[in-house]
Amino acid sequence: MTTSAPAHQPDRKPVRLPWAILLERRLEIPRWLPVATTIGAVVVALVISGVILWFAGGDPIAIFIHIVRSSFGSLGVLSDTLVMATPLILTGLACALAFRMRLWNIGAEGQFLMGAWGASAVVLIPIVPAGTPSIITIPLMMAGGMAAGGVYGAIPGILKAFRGVNEIIVTLMLNYIAALWIAYWVFGPWSEAGFQLTAQFPKEAWLPRLSDYSSAVPAFSGLTVHLGLIFGLVAAMLVRFLLFRSRSGYEIRLIGDSPRAARYAGINVARNTVIVFALSGALAGLAGMSEVSGVVHRLQQAISPGYGFTAIIVAYIAKLHPYGVVVASIAFGALILAGREIQPSGIPAMIQGIILFCLIASEVVLRYRVRLERRMA
Amino acid sequence: MDPTIILAAGVASGTVLLFAAVGEIFAERAGVINLGVEGMMLIGAVVAFGTAVATGNAWLGLVLGTLAGGLLAVLHAVITISFQAEQVVSGLALTFLGTGLARVLGEDLSKAGAIALLPTLTIPGLAAVPAIGPILFTDQSVLVYVGYIVVPMAWYWINRTRPGLHLRAVGESPTAADTLGVDVYRLRYAYVVVGGLFAGLAGATITLAISPGWFGDLTVNGQGWIAIAIVIFAQWGVGRAALGAYAFAAIQRLLIDIQGPEQLFGFPNPFYVNHTLTFFLGMVPYVLIIAVLVAVSGEAIRKRIGAPAALGISYVRGERGH
Repeated sequence: MTTSAPAHQPDRKPVRLPWAILLERRLEIPRWLPVATTIGAVVVALVISGVILWFAGGDPIAIFIHIVRSSFGSLGVLSDTLVMATPLILTGLACALAFRMRLWNIGAEGQFLMGAWGASAVVLIPIVPAGTPSIITIPLMMAGGMAAGGVYGAIPGILKAFRGVNEIIVTLMLNYIAALWIAYWVFGPWSEAGFQLTAQFPKEAWLPRLSDYSSAVPAFSGLTVHLGLIFGLVAAMLVRFLLFRSRSGYEIRLIGDSPRAARYAGINVARNTVIVFALSGALAGLAGMSEVSGVVHRLQQAISPGYGFTAIIVAYIAKLHPYGVVVASIAFGALILAGREIQPSGIPAMIQGIILFCLIASEVVLRYRVRLERRMA
Repeated sequence: MDPTIILAAGVASGTVLLFAAVGEIFAERAGVINLGVEGMMLIGAVVAFGTAVATGNAWLGLVLGTLAGGLLAVLHAVITISFQAEQVVSGLALTFLGTGLARVLGEDLSKAGAIALLPTLTIPGLAAVPAIGPILFTDQSVLVYVGYIVVPMAWYWINRTRPGLHLRAVGESPTAADTLGVDVYRLRYAYVVVGGLFAGLAGATITLAISPGWFGDLTVNGQGWIAIAIVIFAQWGVGRAALGAYAFAAIQRLLIDIQGPEQLFGFPNPFYVNHTLTFFLGMVPYVLIIAVLVAVSGEAIRKRIGAPAALGISYVRGERGH
């Protein structure tokens, strides 16, 4: 079937260009094309960002070189980049899983915060007595974080499944509520001597870092990469298995691609909605746990520079594929890490927005073959 | 804790939500969700404020801020209407882009001092009407009065005019509209841009009238998302959106004012200088939004009303669909 581009309806255009842009529906997508368009879109986005930076009086080349050097330039900064990528991998997986079913979970940020709270509760309430060995404390914190995030994620799932409430608004409102919830605990019951943060967790509640083994392997000294990265990689494998190798994954993808067909096939959409939202929340909650236990070692208000929102872009860059999420997270970890020193502070967010725009715009190339055709004179 | 002050403040800050919600109603009635309201409001806010700082002319700021919101919306229109991309994701991208761009543009604006603001008016005669006068017609910004005029005009346009009929047709059944000779693409472009203009106006209303100044993201602080929730609460109706906007803003003001007095109705005020409750009071507006959406969803199911039928679906001429 041939469709002309909507914006170019020749019979209505008073000005006739010497050529027409034709969009032809693709019947098959070549295997290399999705990867090529993604890379192309990112390159175009960086060029556009560069032009804007140049107009704003900056030196785009210097800024980009700075980003690469301060995030991949040495083993030390590479390790810092991976630390930044860790929460992105887990929240990115949370988004990718939900988006596969076209559930717009914009609440990874709130679920991340609740996960951080749930993990902190294990050592601060405390649920385990002081001095409990890591082997018990850490798994309990993981469970606490995933449970808190999972329950918090299930709320919009239940409202969506049984009342048809718009999940975008609910998850966004829950983000604000979660931030206030954290604020209450760090200002109030868990406040350390009136400061807006909790006491530092005992060492048993810290995820092991590479630098902990520097006495055995000198090269590890100063490397901050922690066990959370392994959580992220294992989670990516599990999510891939769930989506592409299991019956539930087939149902999730079918509901996402064609809800009507899924309903005819007898798939329980409501049940899957709640489950996927809870799993998504649990992944984001684990990210929160990994951040307080592996990096911050206490609960405080500013534990996320917007991981849950960047995760949306990460999931999209990855074309909702779990392994793609890992790669995209590392790239965005670098952007966040280097972005902290870039002024004005809005530049990283702007670049993220432009990248996302270019990505969704590039999808037209996947669905259509774009052709320029000369008109007869 | 003066009810008149709370309601008057609700009408004033509600005007911001009102403009943004009316704009979103136009876009969604045409079948296009735009989740970029927050970003467009931020751009409108920063451009309006920056212009007022640079030129000393608040009116010029208002015009440019409004146009800036519309300009950003063009991007959403191209991506979702011409390129038929996912509207939800494009809207999110718009919010990211608008937020980042506004922060870049507003780099030095937070240090800018007092600027010329849009004038406030008291309507002689109407201001003397008991109860209503002091709330609606006393010392309100000129933009608040614009809001009073926009609501009935938007309602009339959508429900009683021929172009409004076309607008609704494009959102409910684009194929039928196309068959009857309505240019679906052109109308959708137009109304997405109208939505952006309103969002820009809403942002400009914040920085030039309601709470002047530039405070980065906190200038808009989620009001774009609240406006989208109000659209759903209002079931895509303009009048109800206005009521929702005013009521929501009044409740927000009440939650601040209630922490002020030591005594409430002769009893010790439990909210007075109580830092614990401050956080939970802060949650109330968001919990309220969720509660209202749950309540409205039940109503929508009973009355079989709801979103425009083709909302969120790209129209491709000649393909199966609506």
